[in-house]
Amino acid sequence: MKFTGTDSYIATEDLMLAVNSAIVLERPLLIKGEPGTGKTMLAEEVARALGMPLFQWHIKSSTKAQQGLYEYDAVSRLRDSQLGDPRVHAISNYIVKGKLWEAFDSDCQAVVLIDEVDKADIEFPNDLLRELDRMEFYVYETQQVVQAKHRPIIIITSNNEKELPDAFLRRCFFHFIRFPDRETLEQIVAVHYPDIQSSLVKEALEVFLGVRDVPGLKKKPSTSELLDWLKILLAEKIGPEHLKNSRKERQIPPLHGALLKNELDLLLFGPSRRQSAGY
Amino acid sequence: MLIDFFQQLRKAGIPVSIMEFLTLLEAMQKHLAFGSAENFYYLARLCMVKDETHFDKYDRVFMEYFKGITVSVEDLNQEIPEEWLRRVAERFLTDEEKQQIQAMGGLDKLMETLKKRFEEQKERHQGGSKWIGTGGTSPFGAYGYNPEGIRIGQSESRHRRAVKVWEKREFKDFDDSVELGTRNMKVALRKLRTFAREGEALELDLPGTIRATAGNAGFLDIKMVPERHNKVKVLLFLDVGGSMDPHVEICEQLFSAARSEFKHLEYFYFHNFVYERVWRDNQRRWDAHHATDSLINQFGPDYKLVIVGDASMSPYEIHLPGGSVEHHNPEPGSVWLRRLTDHYRRAVWLNPEPREQWKYTPSIQITEQLMAGQMFPLNMDGIDRAIKYLGT
Repeated sequence: MKFTGTDSYIATEDLMLAVNSAIVLERPLLIKGEPGTGKTMLAEEVARALGMPLFQWHIKSSTKAQQGLYEYDAVSRLRDSQLGDPRVHAISNYIVKGKLWEAFDSDCQAVVLIDEVDKADIEFPNDLLRELDRMEFYVYETQQVVQAKHRPIIIITSNNEKELPDAFLRRCFFHFIRFPDRETLEQIVAVHYPDIQSSLVKEALEVFLGVRDVPGLKKKPSTSELLDWLKILLAEKIGPEHLKNSRKERQIPPLHGALLKNELDLLLFGPSRRQSAGY
Repeated sequence: MLIDFFQQLRKAGIPVSIMEFLTLLEAMQKHLAFGSAENFYYLARLCMVKDETHFDKYDRVFMEYFKGITVSVEDLNQEIPEEWLRRVAERFLTDEEKQQIQAMGGLDKLMETLKKRFEEQKERHQGGSKWIGTGGTSPFGAYGYNPEGIRIGQSESRHRRAVKVWEKREFKDFDDSVELGTRNMKVALRKLRTFAREGEALELDLPGTIRATAGNAGFLDIKMVPERHNKVKVLLFLDVGGSMDPHVEICEQLFSAARSEFKHLEYFYFHNFVYERVWRDNQRRWDAHHATDSLINQFGPDYKLVIVGDASMSPYEIHLPGGSVEHHNPEPGSVWLRRLTDHYRRAVWLNPEPREQWKYTPSIQITEQLMAGQMFPLNMDGIDRAIKYLGT
């Protein structure tokens, strides 16, 4: 069982090593990197490549660690008791399974994605230490221990919005997805648009990497934005010559809406940068 | 096997634990990186380095180690400027300790001896009474008992006696006595809080529930409200070095109070006056800059701008291009300060110099004018008034 990328996902050598080590040594894999470099996609592709079910747990600022295990729906039990529903006598009727429980219950090994772990409260990762270590937890309401049938492969993504606690980091493998170099970018484009004209790709990459180099950008365009942009370039039938001209004259790239997502970033373009920014 | 490598990583400041090291050995046993140096490089990084900001250090240690040469003493010396050490020392020394230091022949002697030891010492050392290492009684090293010890590579003071802290994150090492001072400041800063209920309804609204249930003829009707969050955002610029040295302590108090009080706190350092660049990590001030205009671009006008500095300098440093004492600045500081105050709706300057002295220093008056009068002394009363202004 080895992950080597898929037909729609180019994995660099270090990423493959990271994934495979996490599988063999059964450690959670923490993935960081610029937005849009395929962090979330990695879990989907690993699950697909290895033929495992995928359980996605998307974290929000209000997510509590407990919600990944289970929730006891006291409110509906209270309501049922007032309405005289017979279900009320069994507490297990009101235990709602979380994503981790579902993954622990899975009959074959599963992939669990804990997406954007940094969005949650600072204490969130600490609350999951034991669960990720031992792959088991205790349900107080029904007094049972839930244990993973097969230790799932756990992939955690973070966008660096908060620092993660040391105790949590020590238990994880850590991989930082670097922004791909030109060669890898070409491969990625080829995987997504096999029929694209090579001169267009060359010019588009030139413009794209130029945009990324502009200092002071609020949001650098990333791989996923490059792919979106290429898609509309193709749809609008914009040729490589057009891109070349705009690059030479240092104009804002055509269809820039797909690349630059912040109106302040647009001000950074053009030769008369200072004046246009209103200084 | 590889223990030296592990120790050098730790020495270089990467927080690797034994558990992580054992994980690496386990991974090697399972032949995850067999016969390829590059794979080993990735594997060891995967297991032991948990933050991309440490990658560079890891690279350097890796390079050195596998060339067969240990990290040279020279490098270590260069990374920690003596001036900086001295400043920390002054802060941590009590009068009593200052006397004790005479036991070694004074602070200068201590620094000198340290340097000499570094030159003599070629490998890691533990125990004993002379070499730099851990667990001994030498004045240099961690976890030791010598009252004038210089603490190297130890995250907390075990005996609260070490004179110096030799570590990267100087703001983490606050002992309890500082906390007493910061409490007052926290109370003052707390006035800046603007709470707002936002996000998902999560908390039980007890009065609302009782009202609704009563209105529902006794049938339970649960009402929820969102949690309260502090929404205020603060951008803090701190002057470091030179004339600010006597004020280091009070600035750190302010900083540590602000750190724990605001969730959205961005801080940067500058020297004497704000120019086109500021920096975040004092140790890397020469190589890791942030361009001031990119900060303006990045942090919106809703941030509250707080500048802390004594504003005591020659007026040229404010008014003329190239006036900075440290580098050639293409545009004068006054232009940069104006850009900041134009962008941020609320901006204050906190000045640690006593108010009575301000009128004798032209640069303070100039700065006060540039700040449209919003300059406050850095004491409890001044912070109070500054916060009141920021909160309006």
